[in-house]
Amino acid sequence: MTQALDVRDVHASRGPHQVLRGVTIDVAPGEICALMGTSGAGKTTMLRAIAALGPFDSGSIVVDGFTLHPGQVPPESKLRVLRRSVGMVFQSQSLFEHLTVMENVTLALVHALGWTRERAETEALALLTTLGVAHRVGSYPRQLSGGEAQRVAIARALAPDPTLLLLDEPTSALDPARRGSLGEVLRALAAEGHALLISTHDVDFAEAYADRVAVLAKGVVVEEGSPRDILSDSMHADVRALLRSPSAEPPQ
Amino acid sequence: MLSCAPAAAPHAPLRWGGDAEGGAPFVEADPADPSKVRGFDVEIAQMIGKGLHRDALFVQVAWASIEASVERGDFSIGMSGVEDRPQLRARHAVSIPYFEFREVLAVRFADSARYRTLADLSGRRVATLGGTGAYQMLLDLQPHAGPIPISYDDDVHPYSDLVSGRVDAVLLDNIIADRSLRRAGGFYIQPVPVATGHYVAVLAAADTALRDSVNAILRARMRDGSLEKVFRSWHVWEAGQAEHFARVLADSGGVHPAGAAASVRSVRSYLPALLRAAGITLLLSCLAMLLAVTVGIAVAAGRVYGSPLLRAPLAVYVEIIRGTPVLLQLFVLYYGLSGFIRLPAFVAAVFGLGLNYAAYESEIYRAALQAIPRSQLEAGRTLGLSEAQILRLVRGPQALRLALAPMTNDFVALLKDSSLVSVITVVELTKQTAIYATNVGSWVVPGLLCSAIYLAMSLPLSRLARRLEKKWRAV
Repeated sequence: MTQALDVRDVHASRGPHQVLRGVTIDVAPGEICALMGTSGAGKTTMLRAIAALGPFDSGSIVVDGFTLHPGQVPPESKLRVLRRSVGMVFQSQSLFEHLTVMENVTLALVHALGWTRERAETEALALLTTLGVAHRVGSYPRQLSGGEAQRVAIARALAPDPTLLLLDEPTSALDPARRGSLGEVLRALAAEGHALLISTHDVDFAEAYADRVAVLAKGVVVEEGSPRDILSDSMHADVRALLRSPSAEPPQ
Repeated sequence: MLSCAPAAAPHAPLRWGGDAEGGAPFVEADPADPSKVRGFDVEIAQMIGKGLHRDALFVQVAWASIEASVERGDFSIGMSGVEDRPQLRARHAVSIPYFEFREVLAVRFADSARYRTLADLSGRRVATLGGTGAYQMLLDLQPHAGPIPISYDDDVHPYSDLVSGRVDAVLLDNIIADRSLRRAGGFYIQPVPVATGHYVAVLAAADTALRDSVNAILRARMRDGSLEKVFRSWHVWEAGQAEHFARVLADSGGVHPAGAAASVRSVRSYLPALLRAAGITLLLSCLAMLLAVTVGIAVAAGRVYGSPLLRAPLAVYVEIIRGTPVLLQLFVLYYGLSGFIRLPAFVAAVFGLGLNYAAYESEIYRAALQAIPRSQLEAGRTLGLSEAQILRLVRGPQALRLALAPMTNDFVALLKDSSLVSVITVVELTKQTAIYATNVGSWVVPGLLCSAIYLAMSLPLSRLARRLEKKWRAV
C-alpha cells in the first residue's frame, strides 16, 4: 500500500556531529505515529528533514509520492508538491505575530492556493470550530493561552488539507487536561485519513493516543511497535529509563 | 604712511568684518598670500584704520551674518558690499554711502531683446542673492504679477544657472554681474539699470561716535581723491560715481533720514511667508522620506536576499552615501550633474535628501529583517508560501514594526536636514526665517516662530509613531 510517509535509512549531521545514523520510519494514512526519544535524540532533525527545512546526507524520504533527495534543501519553487502534502506544527507554534487568528489560518489558503478570502474564511472558521477556538478569530497570537495557540497552529497547518501532519513536541506547553483534549483532536484528524507523525517525550500521551511508537536513541530507531508493547512491557530497560526520567535529559 | 605707523601702535586694532567668500573686488583672499585679504573694501577699511590711528584687523564672517555680528560686538565695522536699506538704518549705525552701484539685469543673449526690464519677466524665474535689496525688490514685485524670485547663497551659481537655462534672468549689483561676465561669460547685461543702491559700512547701533569718525574720514578721502583712486585701481570707477560723491559731500548732515521712517515689519506680515515655507519643508520632507523608504526597502531586500554580485554594489552605495556630507551630495546633484541632467531645484532636493536617507533607512530595514526569527520564515515555507510572499506577508510587516521607532527618528531628523537644501535655491522654513531675521535685524522673534513651526510639524509625528507602536505592542 502507499504510505503517507516513507523514510529509508536517513543519515543527517549538524556540523561534525552525526545526528541521524540510518533512520527508517513509515506512517500510513489514518495512523498516529509517535517519534519518541530524549532531547538531542534527533527527533526535531528528523521532522525538519521531512518538512524540507533541513538537509540530510543519505537515504531517502518519500512523502505522498514526492521524493526528497539527500543534499541541500531544494529551492521553494521545486517543493510546491511537497508543501501541499505536509503540514507542520512547530514546538513554539510560530504563529504570525502580526496577524489575527483568522489571518494566520487563511494566509496560505489565499496566497498559496489562491482561494477567495470568503471561501478561505469559511474553511478556517469550520476548522477553528472543530478545534474549539472559533471564539478567538479576531485575537492576536500573544493574546492566546498556550493551549489556544497550539490549536490555532494546528488549524493553520491543517487548512491546506495536507496528507501528512508533523507535530513537534505538541504537549510541551500544555497541562494534563489540555493534553487529553489535544489527543482527542489528533485522533479525530487521523480518523479523517490524515497521517500524523508526532515527536514527543511524553510517554503518557504517546501511550494514550499513538497507534505506533518509534523510539529514537543516538540517531537510530531502537524500538518500534504498539505503545503497549514498547512502553508498558519494558522491552528495553535503557529506553524506558530514559523516557521515564522527569527531566527527559539523557544521562551522561 | 610712515608718520602714521608709530601713532597706530598704542591703540587697539580696529576690527572690521567681511566675507572673503564674496570675492574680488570687495574682499578676497590674496592669491599671493591667502592668509591676507585684498579688495576695495579692504583698502577702505585700512584707510579708516589709518585715519583713526589704529591697525585694521580683518575678521571673517558670513556675508548674511555681518549685521548680526557687528551688533554682537564681534567687530566694530562691517564692510563687504553691505547694501544701504531702510531696515539696516533702523537697527544699526550706518556710514555715509561710499559707493553707488546699479542693480542690473543679466539675461541670455537670445533673450536680450525680450527681457529688458523686470516688467518683461512676469512669471519668469529671476535669480539673486538671498537677503539683498534685489531679492526684496523681487519679493515685493511677486504678488503683482512680477517675476518668481530664486534666492542663492552665493553669487556664482545664479549666472551659471542663467547660462544653463535654470533661470531666465539674474538681478544683482553691476559689480558682481561684470565680474561674472569676465570670469565665465555667456550672458548679456542690460545697459539700463533696474535701480541704484549704495554700499555702506555698518556699525552697532550704539556706536554713533565711531560712525561719525568714519564718516569724517570717508568724506575727507572723497575730497582728496584717494577713494576714487582705490575704486579705479579695482576697475569699478564710473563717471556716475563722481556725481554721487558730490551729492554725499553736499549733504552736510551726512545721515540719511530714511532710518526713522523705516518700520519693523510685524510678525503678521511675515507669518504667511513662513507658513508657506513650512509647507515646502513639509512637502519636501514627505516626498524625500517616501523616496528614502522605497529605495531603502529595495536596498535592504537586495542586501538580505540578493546574490553577492548585487550585495556588493548596494553595500558600496550605502557606505559612500553615509560617509560623505549630504551638503556635498546636494551640490553634486544640482550643480555637478547639471551638464548631463538639469534637475529643477525642488526635484534635486527631493532626490538629494531622499537618496541620502535611503542609505540610512536601508540599514534600519536590514537589521529589522534580520531580527525576525527564522521560525517565522519556516512557518511560511511549510505553508507553501514563496520566498517573495514570505517577505511581503510575514517578514516585511513584522520588520516594519521593529523599524518604526528608528524611522520616526529619521523622519524628524530629515525634517530639520531639509534646511540644507537652501544651498540649491529652495527657500524652505529655515531659509525663509533667515531672510525674515535679516530684514527685521533680530533672530529672537523669527527664531522662536521658526522653532514653534518645526515643533508643530515634528511633535504630532512622534506622537503618531508612539501611538502606532503602542497599538502594535498591545496585540
